[in-house]
Amino acid sequence: MGTSIFEIIGPIMIGPSSSHTAGAVKIGRLARAILAEKPVDAKIDLHGSFARTYKGHGTDRALVGGLLGFGPDDERLRDSLRLAHEAGLQVIFQFPDLEAELGPLHPNTARLTLKGQNGLTVRIVGSSIGGGRAVVTRIDDFEARITGEYPALVTLHRDKPGVIAALTRILADAGINIAGMTVSRTGRRGRALAVIETDEAIDSSIADLARAHQGVERAIVIVP
Amino acid sequence: MTNGGFHPFTLSDLVNEALSEGVSLGEIALRHECEFSGISRLEAVRRMQANLDVMRSAVQQGLSGRLRSAGGLVGGDAAKVEEYKSRGLSGDHILSAASRALAVSEVNASMGLIVASPTAGSCGVIPGVLLTVAERVGADDEATVMALFAAGAVGIVAASRAGISGAEGGCQAECGVAAAMAAASAVQLAGGDPEAAAHAAAMSLKALLGLVCDPVAGLVEVPCVKRNAFSAAIAMIAADMALAGVRSVIPPDEVIDAMGAVGRMLPVALRETAEGGLAATPTGKSLSARICHNLGDLSGITIGREERGDSGKTREPEGLS
Repeated sequence: MGTSIFEIIGPIMIGPSSSHTAGAVKIGRLARAILAEKPVDAKIDLHGSFARTYKGHGTDRALVGGLLGFGPDDERLRDSLRLAHEAGLQVIFQFPDLEAELGPLHPNTARLTLKGQNGLTVRIVGSSIGGGRAVVTRIDDFEARITGEYPALVTLHRDKPGVIAALTRILADAGINIAGMTVSRTGRRGRALAVIETDEAIDSSIADLARAHQGVERAIVIVP
Repeated sequence: MTNGGFHPFTLSDLVNEALSEGVSLGEIALRHECEFSGISRLEAVRRMQANLDVMRSAVQQGLSGRLRSAGGLVGGDAAKVEEYKSRGLSGDHILSAASRALAVSEVNASMGLIVASPTAGSCGVIPGVLLTVAERVGADDEATVMALFAAGAVGIVAASRAGISGAEGGCQAECGVAAAMAAASAVQLAGGDPEAAAHAAAMSLKALLGLVCDPVAGLVEVPCVKRNAFSAAIAMIAADMALAGVRSVIPPDEVIDAMGAVGRMLPVALRETAEGGLAATPTGKSLSARICHNLGDLSGITIGREERGDSGKTREPEGLS
């Protein structure tokens, strides 16, 4: 493992903190991608250092900017709370004891409960894990691991034989190589969540094909 | 170049390679980057030029003096020093480097656009030094970009041998490494050889060895912004000393290793946790209590809708104007 010079001189980012600002933007962006439509309502629970220092690090503005689709180097992040208001995105910040509910969490963690413009809802937990990188660890009641560093196909489906095989076949037929895959479920033969990270880019038509398969309730594509 | 990357390696390897090839430290770093990342020379130069452009506009923005940080503890000092510098005791160039370093750090603290170099907390040092030296010696962008590659060579060695985060190694790992990188780039820009550049880096790091990371309220404001200015000044002096022929008795790689070892010896309270040093002073603690969210207050804060009875406080959408 080596390092690129552009990891040392770079990235170009909105300050002040790669973990509390840039990483928070990534969490917001991942949450928006997982919702897969324009969010109109966001309830944001802040945990640990995020809860304590969000104001001075602009973590609130970074998360909301990510929800609006801004990147970590977007100068509009500074005004994202006003821009959210103008865009019809209502935001509430809360500070519940998340660890009491979810168990031990990374100190830089947020939970976002989102409602989209067509009524889709999702609840994700994301952590900023340093150097501007982030990971989504939970989608609704399912454990997950989505970094946004690879393209990914995420599906919510009925937990029954053949669904995973169908998903991997769809990817194989498109010439897409799987880099990693996690499946989690709430119980036997209930509902399950699959996260399939790939080497090649995934077209939105892949999500359409996945959705057409019987048993798949939702399928979304995460673009890095 | 033995293994298609920068790792494992030493600064002395890179210096020797540059000397034997008869090229600059920055040129060697650029060649390694192309090999490591698989990008063309043109693309690598283009990306570094983009970094330089952002550094330059951050300086401009910061010197305007109209910024206020997100935590409210810093802002406006860059403009003060810039306005004062012609009457200064320590000379125009040192004070220019300091005011520019303050400027970029203030931009960072106020949610402006910066280049993490090597980190966001230490992002003012390299632009402060590099842009001042470029002006002083009349260097064009091409030479300045190559000097940034020289800075990168030092940064990569420091990152791989010692670490460059305050949480791992204290401020010496952030501002100290930034000063070392800046000093090497300054020497290259001023026409010094790769060995002098490495020794300028070593001397900068020695001056900042042991510096703790003790941010008030955990924010990148106090003392981070001012430490960027001081680190820039140290880098300027170290570059001059190296150009004058002064050499570090302890070789550069051993200085970097010492920095890593000192970092590991630092108590956790002095490694970005805001539990020691200036953060733990009475004033530091009272500022923290004022700025940080009170965890006892579990009501929510709503943005973008009318206050709803007692469900939470409504906060006006805010933003720096």
